[in-house]
Amino acid sequence: MDGYFSAAALIQASYLLTAFLFIMGLKRMSSPVTARSGILWAGAGMLLATLATFFYPGISNFPLIIIAVLIGSVIAWVSGRRVAMTDIPQMIALYNGMGGGAAAAIAAVELYRGEQHSTAGTTLAVVGGIIGAVSFSGSLIAFAKLQGLIRKSLRFGGQQLLNLLVLAAALLLGGLVASGVMATPAAVTGLFAAALLLGLSMTLPIGGADMPVVISLYNALTGLAVAFEGFVLDNAAMIIAGTVVGSAGTLLTQLMARAMNRSLGNVLFSGFGDTGTAAAGTAIAGSMKPIEAADVGVMMAFAQKVIIVPGYGMAVAQAQHKVWELCQLLIDRGVSVRFAIHPVAGRMPGHMNVLLAEAGVPYDLIADLDEINAEFETADVALIIGANDVVNPAARNDKSSPIYGMPILNADKAKNVIVIKRGQGAGFSGIENALFYLDNTRMLYGDGQAAVSALIAAVKSV
Amino acid sequence: MNGIVALYIFMLAAFTGYEVIAKVPVILHTPLMSGSNFVHGIVLVGAMVALGNATTPLEKSIGFIGVLLAAGNAVGGYAVTERMLEMFKSSGARGKGGGSKGGGDKDGGDKDGGAKDGGAKGTH
Repeated sequence: MDGYFSAAALIQASYLLTAFLFIMGLKRMSSPVTARSGILWAGAGMLLATLATFFYPGISNFPLIIIAVLIGSVIAWVSGRRVAMTDIPQMIALYNGMGGGAAAAIAAVELYRGEQHSTAGTTLAVVGGIIGAVSFSGSLIAFAKLQGLIRKSLRFGGQQLLNLLVLAAALLLGGLVASGVMATPAAVTGLFAAALLLGLSMTLPIGGADMPVVISLYNALTGLAVAFEGFVLDNAAMIIAGTVVGSAGTLLTQLMARAMNRSLGNVLFSGFGDTGTAAAGTAIAGSMKPIEAADVGVMMAFAQKVIIVPGYGMAVAQAQHKVWELCQLLIDRGVSVRFAIHPVAGRMPGHMNVLLAEAGVPYDLIADLDEINAEFETADVALIIGANDVVNPAARNDKSSPIYGMPILNADKAKNVIVIKRGQGAGFSGIENALFYLDNTRMLYGDGQAAVSALIAAVKSV
Repeated sequence: MNGIVALYIFMLAAFTGYEVIAKVPVILHTPLMSGSNFVHGIVLVGAMVALGNATTPLEKSIGFIGVLLAAGNAVGGYAVTERMLEMFKSSGARGKGGGSKGGGDKDGGDKDGGAKDGGAKGTH
């Protein structure tokens, strides 16, 4: 019996240490200087808690546990190491869905076992199970949409009503199970079926452009589900870590929605967020004026200040490494170079920073919208590569434009604006860009990577 | 655990989570979301206990899937977060991760970066 108690005490102590490491890790992750060490701290906490749990009193099925841990770990490790940085958002969705599914599985095991918890415990198991299952199926849909497996957004009349009915069914079955009125395996199965369906039907109508906000929301929900299952299992580490993620994730969801200029309710219930639906705005007078790479090279080499405005198109063309090579040449010539990142550049807020970091761009050269907008007026050259709507001055001055009111980067204020673009057509969103027609704008046509290579050669030959 | 104590833990943890990331810059939104995604991978601990307590084949099957998914959450979340954060470097560390630059330029780059570092801090 002595061994039993010391094992329990050891586990409690390691869970306490894990909770500390998680919170410190998250704290460190919120500053670029300490972020790297943050994930190491949190990782150490996770390892500690997992190892300690093998000594949990009264558990068995060790071969099954070890096999499941190994399979899950190997698949996730290989996919996580291999995934391209452009595809990070959908991988986060996938791993998050797995966490939600695991929380739902815990609830299912506990509920099928039956009669071993207080009413409060069973209720929390039910609520956590529903949230976890919604997060599981919803995250899988989000993954499929970002991965391009589902291209259309399924919408039909009465969709919100259907969602409400499914939610009501899940809650009703949950109430029956939790109160013990009908705690049968069939009711438990129906409960999870309804919750999984709710995740599907909630997420299917939401467009791909809004997915980051949705993933962030499901991330918070999974945290909450984990916390609830922690109550059921009397596990303080799960309660603390799950709740911290639940509240941090809620805040992060709000921040992301704000960065994308949307409200959360708008994202979830309006069925908007598909790009290419609205292409209106005032017709633009004037013409696009082309320029040769050699001329741009001279212009940049003798500039004092150059601001690069990258968009997702740059990452798709895999041009970020070349862009950084170009910047290094300019920096060595004494040109001041900075990167201006719009909050929605990339597939999710902060994604473009990751892509630039991958190419080796130091984060202190990267500035966000508020920081850099005043600097465009003093810049000799603004180089736009792969960005479109986020530099469209129509957002400032054309009330009929679909993007009117969206905060933009004031690239048009620079003395010279160079736009690297594949052809003359309108961009991804179908909205004409007034910037391209300005007197101080020149178009450098071509594939992103090829165009930047030409610029590198031009700067070198100056 | 006493119910009211559990509620205290819940409340304090909720405030902690909010405060810890209250001032996070947009530059870190993606890695931080991935990092918090990793942290709820602690569900692995609960899934292991659930499978450890399972007796019928149905319970064992669900428990097995739960542990597998939870391990995927934890390990995958760690792998992508660590990969992203590893790439975030300041100008001071430029020579190390800089990519196309030769080693000879490293010293110059570092000095240059140190000065810019100070400048960047000033603007925040």
